[in-house]
Amino acid sequence: MNHDNYDDDYIRGILNGVKSIAMVGASPVNVRPSYFAFKYLAQRGYDMIPVNPGQVGKSLLDKPFVASLRDIGRPVDMIDIFRNSSHIMPVVEEALRLDPLPKVIWMQLGGRDDAAAARAEAAGIKVVMNRCPKIEYGRLSSEISWMGVNSRTLSSKRAPVPTQGMRLSLNRQSLGGGETAASDRATKNKTDPA
Amino acid sequence: MNDRLPGFATLAVHAGAQPDPTTGARATPIYQTTSFVFNDADHAASLFGLQAFGNIYTRIGNPTQAVLEERIAALEGGTAALAVASGHAAQVVVLQQLLMPGDEFIAARKLYGGSINQFTHAFKSFGWNVVWADPDDVDSFERALTPRTKAIFIESIANPAGSITDIEAIAAVARTAGVPLIVDNTLATPYLIRPIDHGADIVVHSLTKFLGGHGNSLGGVIVDAGTFDWSKDNKYPMLSEPRPEYHGIRIQETFGNFAFAIACRVLGLRDLGPAISPFNAFMILTGIETLPLRMARHCENAKAVAEYLAGHPAVAAVNYSGLAGNPYNNLARKYAPKGAGAVFTFSLKGGYEAGVNLVSNLKLFSHLANVGDTRSLVIHPASTTHSQLDDAAKVKSGAAPDVVRLSIGIEDKEDLIADLEQALGA
Ligand SMILES: Cc1ncc(COP(=O)(O)O)c(C=O)c1O
Repeated sequence: MNHDNYDDDYIRGILNGVKSIAMVGASPVNVRPSYFAFKYLAQRGYDMIPVNPGQVGKSLLDKPFVASLRDIGRPVDMIDIFRNSSHIMPVVEEALRLDPLPKVIWMQLGGRDDAAAARAEAAGIKVVMNRCPKIEYGRLSSEISWMGVNSRTLSSKRAPVPTQGMRLSLNRQSLGGGETAASDRATKNKTDPA
Repeated sequence: MNDRLPGFATLAVHAGAQPDPTTGARATPIYQTTSFVFNDADHAASLFGLQAFGNIYTRIGNPTQAVLEERIAALEGGTAALAVASGHAAQVVVLQQLLMPGDEFIAARKLYGGSINQFTHAFKSFGWNVVWADPDDVDSFERALTPRTKAIFIESIANPAGSITDIEAIAAVARTAGVPLIVDNTLATPYLIRPIDHGADIVVHSLTKFLGGHGNSLGGVIVDAGTFDWSKDNKYPMLSEPRPEYHGIRIQETFGNFAFAIACRVLGLRDLGPAISPFNAFMILTGIETLPLRMARHCENAKAVAEYLAGHPAVAAVNYSGLAGNPYNNLARKYAPKGAGAVFTFSLKGGYEAGVNLVSNLKLFSHLANVGDTRSLVIHPASTTHSQLDDAAKVKSGAAPDVVRLSIGIEDKEDLIADLEQALGA
């Protein structure tokens, strides 16, 4: 796996495939990137679980914080690690003790630990490093193009009629192959705004 | 790899655009509106807090403009772009993110005359100090570095003389110094040169020129290469430090490899205000669809005209880097193998007087202060675009008093040559 560049198909496959995401290092402070990402992914229909031992007893957008991955008490598809690179290995080690194992371990922008990635991959877990799922979701659905971002997708298909707000251009088909069905799910399930 | 990357001409037509979801309109609509409704209070708050992507107000962004931005980002190979009202606006917005009062930036001495003015005079009142270096002498950039240097600014193909800059060599100086390299790619366009491939961190354009291409709309753009780490030291607080106007968010930490484009939008454009009009964005977008066709023709015509002038007895010298024997010919072959652009200068044996006569005798070439139009253009830089420089600075910037600048259009080259022939003989 080349962790410097990911195919759009690889990222799209992950975002389409996972339903539950445990975010390690999620912050209840509404100016932290983890808060933005948590809220955005929750609004896109993902089952979000905030993990932060310092916040137990509180909740983030009505989801109660848990202290550790162990405490989630049910299977999760993806672990999104919002910690510095130096704190990644212990989280990956903890994830490797889960049963069943998560399908994906995702390390946030700036986060990279190749040794931890290798251990996760040896256990059959897909790994993404130094990326933000909010940004990747926004890019592949072209929602982020409203900000002038290069989505690296093209489409000659009419976008679905917006059901709400700015969600004009979700579910693009791209020359890169595939489409982002997760955005359909979000459009169907969600009534709150982008 | 499953991902198949589309070619340049495909991107020029398609990138960023998609049939309109409500009407099915295939061309990008002109969203001629100042503002966009919110769904509810929470939606409004998340847009203002930069937590959600979306439209608020056309001074910050507009859907027509967004298509233009994504298209140029795709053509330049950047992560994101921001379109603004003019090329000059792009330069102000870029440097506002990088410099605090008392800081310095190094700029190549061979630049568009308006940029020389902007850097020398307008920026002085902001406390941003320009230090000049010679693009033909890479060491002069190194010598100009100080602890207060925050950026290096060059043109890929320099206006007016069409000389080619060694982008990679200057990028190496910038990298060692830990400052971003900004390349004004106006005269080359990404069709001829993609500065990001050669180490640029930020690309700016006057869209007014070849990208729009028809001499009808002003615009500018900033492209973020996504290559620079703004947080590795405390040099770029606009990107690395908590922003009080956005409840303390840090731009790079939040937006990753397109943080610079976001900073330009939410700190620069939002507060300084030079928004591009949706109509101009539409005109420029339409122009870009034919960029590859036009640039190929511009370059073919320019080479033919340069060759003709080089053989004319009244002409003293032709400065076109696409000609063998030109001092920049090697750099042109390396950086712009598809063509050396369509803006160049030449001088007449009859000096200043002969130049003035030529300009007034031309019938097809238009005498005006622009470049990069479908029409062929002519100007005498020393008395116009570069008139505020003293004689020594004119010579250094490639606009000596006996020099005439041409911007070759996409007409039939035989007609352009015939017009020059009659004007030179008159
Ligand atoms: C190389 C270059 N950069 C910047 C500009 C400024 O652009 P604008 O006139 O769109 O502000 C020009 C305009 O002539 C130019 O030629």
